[in-house]
Amino acid sequence: MIDYEPVIGMEVHAELLTESKMFCKCKVDFGGAPNSRVCPVCLGLPGSLPVANEKAVEYVVRAALALNCTISEESLFHRKNYFYPDMAKNYQISQYDFPIGSNGWIDITVDGDTRRIRIRRVHLEEDTGKLIHAGGNESLVDYNRSGLPLMEVVTEADIHSAEEAREYLVRLRAILTYLGVNDGKMEEGSLRCEPNISIRQKGTAKLGTKTELKNLNSFRAVFSGVQYETERQTNVLNEGGKVIQETRRWDDANNRTASMRVKELEQEYRYFPDPDLVALHFTTDYIERQRSILPELPDEKKTRLMEKWGLPAYDAEIITDSRAMADFFEETVEHCPDAKTVSNWIMGDLAKLLNAAGLDISDCKVKPVDFARMLTLIQEGTISGKIAKGVFDDMFETGKAPDAIVKSGGMTQISDEHEILGVIDRVLGENSEAVAKIAAGDMKPMGFLVGQIMRHTQGRANPEVVNRLLKKRVAEPAN
Amino acid sequence: MKLSKQDIEHVALLARLELSEDEKDSLTGRLNQIMEHFGKLQELDTSQVAPTSHSIPLQNVFRHDTAGRSMTPSDVVANAPESRDDQFVVPQVVET
Repeated sequence: MIDYEPVIGMEVHAELLTESKMFCKCKVDFGGAPNSRVCPVCLGLPGSLPVANEKAVEYVVRAALALNCTISEESLFHRKNYFYPDMAKNYQISQYDFPIGSNGWIDITVDGDTRRIRIRRVHLEEDTGKLIHAGGNESLVDYNRSGLPLMEVVTEADIHSAEEAREYLVRLRAILTYLGVNDGKMEEGSLRCEPNISIRQKGTAKLGTKTELKNLNSFRAVFSGVQYETERQTNVLNEGGKVIQETRRWDDANNRTASMRVKELEQEYRYFPDPDLVALHFTTDYIERQRSILPELPDEKKTRLMEKWGLPAYDAEIITDSRAMADFFEETVEHCPDAKTVSNWIMGDLAKLLNAAGLDISDCKVKPVDFARMLTLIQEGTISGKIAKGVFDDMFETGKAPDAIVKSGGMTQISDEHEILGVIDRVLGENSEAVAKIAAGDMKPMGFLVGQIMRHTQGRANPEVVNRLLKKRVAEPAN
Repeated sequence: MKLSKQDIEHVALLARLELSEDEKDSLTGRLNQIMEHFGKLQELDTSQVAPTSHSIPLQNVFRHDTAGRSMTPSDVVANAPESRDDQFVVPQVVET
């Protein structure tokens, strides 16, 4: 059997976090009533004139710089012409041969290997409207989304596995959210990823026919979609078939891709410069000013967290995937300098609770200072690690401070030897059979006795003290 | 370059124009004439001329990122051949 490898290029669309649309003053917000954020420019009504949003242009310049691109001295908006009702004017304002940024890269690390993924171009365009199937043979169109500023980032076909595809997206998302130009919410469609995938015989250069994947709404979907499509194409070729150039839709419920439409005609968009929009000209001064206000980016932050707090590379990478997560970490370690404990809790319990609740860390009710206080309570022995999990659940749910929860719930850990001895004696008295077995040299009932002691103290007894005192007690009974 | 009837049919499809056989024949001739005029223009030596995208010497015309008023949804769909619940009704589309 021939050994194939996938060749993948990624096209990512990111909605920019501006107040208003790309070429008009309609407000950008989601969930508004259908067609409530639409004006003559959105509809392309006669006499309307689009004017470029200065902030959106700045955002794309900053993103292109953060992606190590060259900024074109001159950049143009083109009309991409096609007939489809997602645009009212039968064209989309986009960029063609003079995009804002080109020739950049992102470095990604998969299984310890760092690879450079080249970015072909970064350009600015407008988003399209939403079509809703109304049943029967009709669709309904809502143009609220049409005209939102949309950035497109296109890679060269440098990606060779599903892991790399996912990792590329993780790093790109991190950069865009650090810059504050995009909210990174894939499940809401503000960050959309369309990989094109072909396979070739390993070690050869000739590219196969590619398919494009749509509807990948999570990192997991990107991974599974690319993996599925690679296997599907491999099977087609191994069975003597041919891969057809087409767009395929990821079906998340059934974990497979399905054909959406075969591209019968090479799309002929008949691009031409939009006569309504004048050229963009970027001076060196402007570009350097934008460069100078770039925030600390994920890679820089990762290196700094490793150097300043001694975090392992793996932890630093995960913590810096999101700026909000990194900020949360840094604020916490200011109050509780045991960095590894902090990162363990963030990557473990906190991540688990956030996932289960479907929340982003920026929506988390727990304040870093309270989080640090809880970790300190464990370190001081006021609460046990086990109790802490319950306290943390409560903090996550209510946003309450840990001291208040511990106090009102009577959760303080019992470390007082006298108090614990009292409980031990009571438990030993109630379980004479177990005591007799132990006296005869069978140590098996020890675990049972510890369990009984914990039950009597609602899990609050310090386990270390319990174990030590219990051993001592069975070895030399009190009376 | 000479345009064939197939080219005309293809361009008509891209422009969503439905043409009769007579119109296709007549347009093939007329579009070929226009192409000849462009062919004449192509003879000009423009190797020393920078590409022009706009005829007016303007660049960097921007608006500030401030939101303003939109139309009411009922005004938005006022010109639609068909609308429902303040949305445009179009023939079913099989894509997302």
